[in-house]
Amino acid sequence: MLLIKNGRVVDPVSRTDAVLDLLIEGERIARIGEKTSTAGAEILDATGWIVAPGFIDLHCHLREPGQEISETIETGTRAAVRGGFTAVCAMPNTQPVNDNASVTRSIVERAAASARARVWPIGAASVGSKGEALAEIGAMREAGIVAVSDDGRPIAGARLLRQVMEQCRALDLPVIEHCEDASLFAGGVMREGPRSARLGLRGIPAESESICAGRDVEIAALTGARYHVAHLSARRTLEHVREAKRRGLPVTCEVTPHHFTLTDEDVTYDARFKMNPPLGSRDDREALLEGLADGTVDAIATDHAPHHPASKEVEFDRAPFGVIGFETAIGLAVDELFHAKRVTLPRLVELFTTGPARVLGLRENRRIAVDALADLTLFSLDYPWTFRAEESASRSRNSPFDGRKFRGAPMATVVAGRVVWRRP
Amino acid sequence: MALRFRHLLGIESLTTEQILFLLDQSKPFQEFQRYPLKKLATLRGKTVALAFFEPSTRTRISFATAAARLGADSMLFQAEGSSLKKGESLLDTVRTLEAMMPDAIVLRHSASGAAEFVAARLEIPVINAGDGAHEHPTQALLDALTIRDRKGMLENWNITIIGDILHSRVARSNIQLLSRFGCRITLCGPPMWMPPEMESLAHGVRRTARIEEALEGADVIITLRVQTERQHEPSLSPEEYILLYQLTPERLRRGHPDAIVLHPGPMNRGLEIDPAVADGPQSCVIEQVTNGLAVRMALLFQVLGAPADSPGEGTNASD
Repeated sequence: MLLIKNGRVVDPVSRTDAVLDLLIEGERIARIGEKTSTAGAEILDATGWIVAPGFIDLHCHLREPGQEISETIETGTRAAVRGGFTAVCAMPNTQPVNDNASVTRSIVERAAASARARVWPIGAASVGSKGEALAEIGAMREAGIVAVSDDGRPIAGARLLRQVMEQCRALDLPVIEHCEDASLFAGGVMREGPRSARLGLRGIPAESESICAGRDVEIAALTGARYHVAHLSARRTLEHVREAKRRGLPVTCEVTPHHFTLTDEDVTYDARFKMNPPLGSRDDREALLEGLADGTVDAIATDHAPHHPASKEVEFDRAPFGVIGFETAIGLAVDELFHAKRVTLPRLVELFTTGPARVLGLRENRRIAVDALADLTLFSLDYPWTFRAEESASRSRNSPFDGRKFRGAPMATVVAGRVVWRRP
Repeated sequence: MALRFRHLLGIESLTTEQILFLLDQSKPFQEFQRYPLKKLATLRGKTVALAFFEPSTRTRISFATAAARLGADSMLFQAEGSSLKKGESLLDTVRTLEAMMPDAIVLRHSASGAAEFVAARLEIPVINAGDGAHEHPTQALLDALTIRDRKGMLENWNITIIGDILHSRVARSNIQLLSRFGCRITLCGPPMWMPPEMESLAHGVRRTARIEEALEGADVIITLRVQTERQHEPSLSPEEYILLYQLTPERLRRGHPDAIVLHPGPMNRGLEIDPAVADGPQSCVIEQVTNGLAVRMALLFQVLGAPADSPGEGTNASD
């Protein structure tokens, strides 16, 4: 038994916002009330903290199998729970690619043996994510995938995309797209604009993303599939999503903390500022903040993309795209969204809980109620701390937020009734 | 204001005083190139590593000669036939060079930001001899020296730069330098090589795709090399480029009668520049090369030689 005492329970589903105690028995919440006391229960004092349903990260790279030098399911989920996440969706661009049920099963087994958080695999849309043949999505679904994506690249060709969407509609899976137009992308390394011109770095226009999203929404309308835009970074892409929602299409999107915090003006030759999609303009960031507030954006997702330090310690052009993000997500959301008065606290919680749950179509929604699954995220709105990449639980160090001071802080993480991490 | 600096990574990171100081320091070295015996002992015992990760002839020879005439030794690393082909990283290569104890490293690399990347990780001064499309500061300094010699001053000229601006480190460094002195800069070239954001590089930069308009009243014309090796880029056919952008004697007449023509070299005669212009009285291409030596000697002397607390002779900024 676990008693979480005196926390401020914030649950967007029941619209709860009150100081309450939670008694957890086994994997489920047994009792909710004021001043609950039970002899023999382990007590977690949450005075001054927010107690929310367990946070879900729709988008991460755990690098296992195949790139364990950068991350493993164990180290990745260790970082995830330190960041307050109780469940993470693992993108399929591992080696081998998660494009068949046996790879999916091996990930599920490795997670059962070593993961701190729930690991929900995402299956590839096409074999090898090569954009040629349709992957065996049905078999992967049996094995446990929660969505389909060729992340790292878009699903190539409208015809294949249509087949993937038709298949996923029948199987009731969302199609998650990394939106990019290859010919406009053309070897770019950062967003095209005044900053890329000054640095002499090859620019990628925002339209590389928005053109692809526009195409995809058309195919989503044609097929009726659930379509989700990953790591949305540009105003025009967001407008495509807004328009699709207005039409009543099942179209959703996620935004990363680095895209709602930084802009291309922050980019230096330091490869920790190199990610795909690249950091957008100030106007794009403003659009993302508006979308996060008004409901156009469904979820905050980290796109946690670990890369071994040596691979990032190179010229900007040669460095791989991607940044780690689990441990700084809550801090950035609380500081840049809540304290900056861009979103309310219940909305912030929604973006990490019911928002992603809805994208995935989870049968058991994230909520705090008697008999609900005891996946909980405890965090503070005012706990001063400094992120040090060298102290990260991840195997990688590629964060643009190394040394940054935060007020928002994950404090403890509960998965299936067990405290899997608490701030020392 | 400190006139001395540790690294030369780009014009953007120099102060205007430092630029003028370097130009003034170059004067005696211009004279020196006419001496029958071109050897000083100033930097005797010093070693300069020349790390050229990208093919270069004139810049490499210019730096090597500048070092030799100051009495320094140079050690040359060239990408051709090097361990780069064995997969060694830039960082490992320059650290290996550093372990041979040079006193400074001159770096040419195809990646923008390479010089800054290396400077942040080595203990010795780094001189940028061209990093990708970012900067080529010694080229801008030698161009400035040439302009000041020919036109008497650096201030307030109408500068026209023609060619592939987007991929040109020469253009970026020249824009950074000349805009400091109140020059109005007109960029001209195919629109795909001259995106609107280039105007944000400095105050007083404008673009035009029409060469006749760009040359109207020009005092200084900088013709960039068409990088024919950039084959994966969509580009104009040579015939189309010649038709629209070649600097011909007729077009040159739209500029000021005293206008001068610069080219960073190597020239594609008959492509970006008509031979009659390249060899004509307004052309400065030969003295640019000699001035390059003077500027690089002044620079090496500044970085390696001058005592730490004395800025040396001739610091009275003219103009």
